[in-house]
Amino acid sequence: MSINLQALFAQLLVGLINGSFYALLSLGLAVIFGMLNIINFAHGALYMMGAFAAYFLLNVLGIGYWWALIIAPLAVGLFGIILERTMLQWIAQLDHLYGLLLTFGLGLIIQGVFQNYFGSSGLPYAIPDELKGGVNLGFMFLPIYRGWVVVFSLVVCLATWYLIERTRLGANLRAATENPTLVRAFGINVPRMITLTYGLGVGLAALAGVLSAPINQVRPLMGADLIIVVFAVVVIGGMGSIMGSIITGFALGIVEGLTKYFYPEASNTVVFVLMVLVLLIKPSGLTGRTA
Amino acid sequence: MTTITDNAIATPRRAVRDEMIALAVMTALLAVVPLTGVYPFFVMQGLCFALLACAFNLLIGYGGLLSFGHAMFLGTAGYVTAHALKVWGLPPELGIVLGTLAAASLGVLTGLVAIRRQGIYFAMITLALSQLLYFVYLQTPFTHGEDGIQGIPQGHLFGFINLANPNTLYYVILAGFLLGFLVIYRAINSPFGEVLKAIRENEPRAVSLGYKTDHYKLLAYILSATLAGFAGSLKVFVAQNASLTDVHWTMSGEIVLMTLVGGLGTIYGPVVGAFVIIAMQQYLAGFGQWVTVIQGVIFVVCVLTFRRGVIGEIAHYFKRSL
Repeated sequence: MSINLQALFAQLLVGLINGSFYALLSLGLAVIFGMLNIINFAHGALYMMGAFAAYFLLNVLGIGYWWALIIAPLAVGLFGIILERTMLQWIAQLDHLYGLLLTFGLGLIIQGVFQNYFGSSGLPYAIPDELKGGVNLGFMFLPIYRGWVVVFSLVVCLATWYLIERTRLGANLRAATENPTLVRAFGINVPRMITLTYGLGVGLAALAGVLSAPINQVRPLMGADLIIVVFAVVVIGGMGSIMGSIITGFALGIVEGLTKYFYPEASNTVVFVLMVLVLLIKPSGLTGRTA
Repeated sequence: MTTITDNAIATPRRAVRDEMIALAVMTALLAVVPLTGVYPFFVMQGLCFALLACAFNLLIGYGGLLSFGHAMFLGTAGYVTAHALKVWGLPPELGIVLGTLAAASLGVLTGLVAIRRQGIYFAMITLALSQLLYFVYLQTPFTHGEDGIQGIPQGHLFGFINLANPNTLYYVILAGFLLGFLVIYRAINSPFGEVLKAIRENEPRAVSLGYKTDHYKLLAYILSATLAGFAGSLKVFVAQNASLTDVHWTMSGEIVLMTLVGGLGTIYGPVVGAFVIIAMQQYLAGFGQWVTVIQGVIFVVCVLTFRRGVIGEIAHYFKRSL
């Protein structure tokens, strides 16, 4: 079989970009799960809100991509904080499954509202001028924006890892994950930390949404199917480790890209098939604690 | 860990009596439907979803396992039954048997994978597995992709019961529903059901008492899948089509919603919940995506303030088990 390197690298790049989104989203899910013990089913809808926030900023307020990268995650993160304060905090003592059901409902509401006003078709969002065009790397043509998404996502993921694993704030966070009561006794405001953690996870999802807007267009259902793949990523990687989420996310994106090249019919399903294999061989996930 | 259900406390003898009265009332109400002029198609559809929700409830309400992929059993059985009737020209009874068996086999396969993890992971795994199936059905030719299998002949059950007659079909569907319902009722009240409840309440303890909890969970999962498939096969005769909607995750979400509204872990809750949600969809059909929004609102309201569901609240108020 002759291998068309150009096409292969192009699909690998697509895979890396999807991997960036998987990493950002599964990272957010893992951070939220660690503190709140809920799986945030609304994550896909909040990712979509991030993309729409960028769209509104540009088309209503005339604020461009670079500010949107900051404002959209903050705005959607704030929305997440409101959700946590008004609803999620009241079910913290219940079975985890109620959190799943509640956030599933929230996701339906958000998606339904956007679908009502914007239908199901995509809205275009232009690539910012600074990132237009591409460079010829000899073995492939690299559109600058796509390269930027991969590099920037990687930086954000590593920064989040550093924040949680290497700073004092992160240490408090990890301690509160292990034993919230004890950490409260040390005078740390754990409920506020929980709220901010949810805001952080949601902000990461919104950031992924902004990054994805110029590539995938802005659609109300853009997060609906993505979140199910991210769930599979989370099952494969386990939610016990931040670095594990990042690596699994990128790795599965690459695997998906390779599948698109070698056997395109299976590109939709390869992550799920891998999930089945991992469950059969190592049920606790690649990096996870048993749950 | 707190449990997801909040059962009313009732003595066993009284519970059985209450439940039998409720069963008689429900059967009588459903039996007179064709005489009342209520649109029979609506009730038949409701019965199929009621059985589906009851099957789902067997897992979550008694086993503590939240499946977010039950649409795969509904859809798989539907496709197989539809294909058997239309392409192979098999009689209805064989079509139903094949569809149900297909769902049961799928239950065995996915169950072996899914029960390896608990709680939240179980929900995510079942959701991912059903999405896998969705993409498979989207691409395989026999499902006809986006079009689905349409115009399915209803035929004659056992060669002499004409299912094209709406009233006859209604009683056949009702009989099927009651059969499935009684199987679930029997399972819940058997020693098997008791072990299942024990696992839900405290799995490590059940293990320490010598129960192979994985076997019980797998068995419950397969039973639930089989009955959900049975509901899917019956639904083919009502809707006369089998399409991707039945395999999509939104359908799995609706099954969860029906059970939540009616009452998780109650016997009659899923039935009531199914009719509530189907009726809502019927009346709000003209409002487009607002139906999705309203479903989301119901989810949120139920989880925040109404966790026992309709039947659960009634049972709790009267301190009965329903």
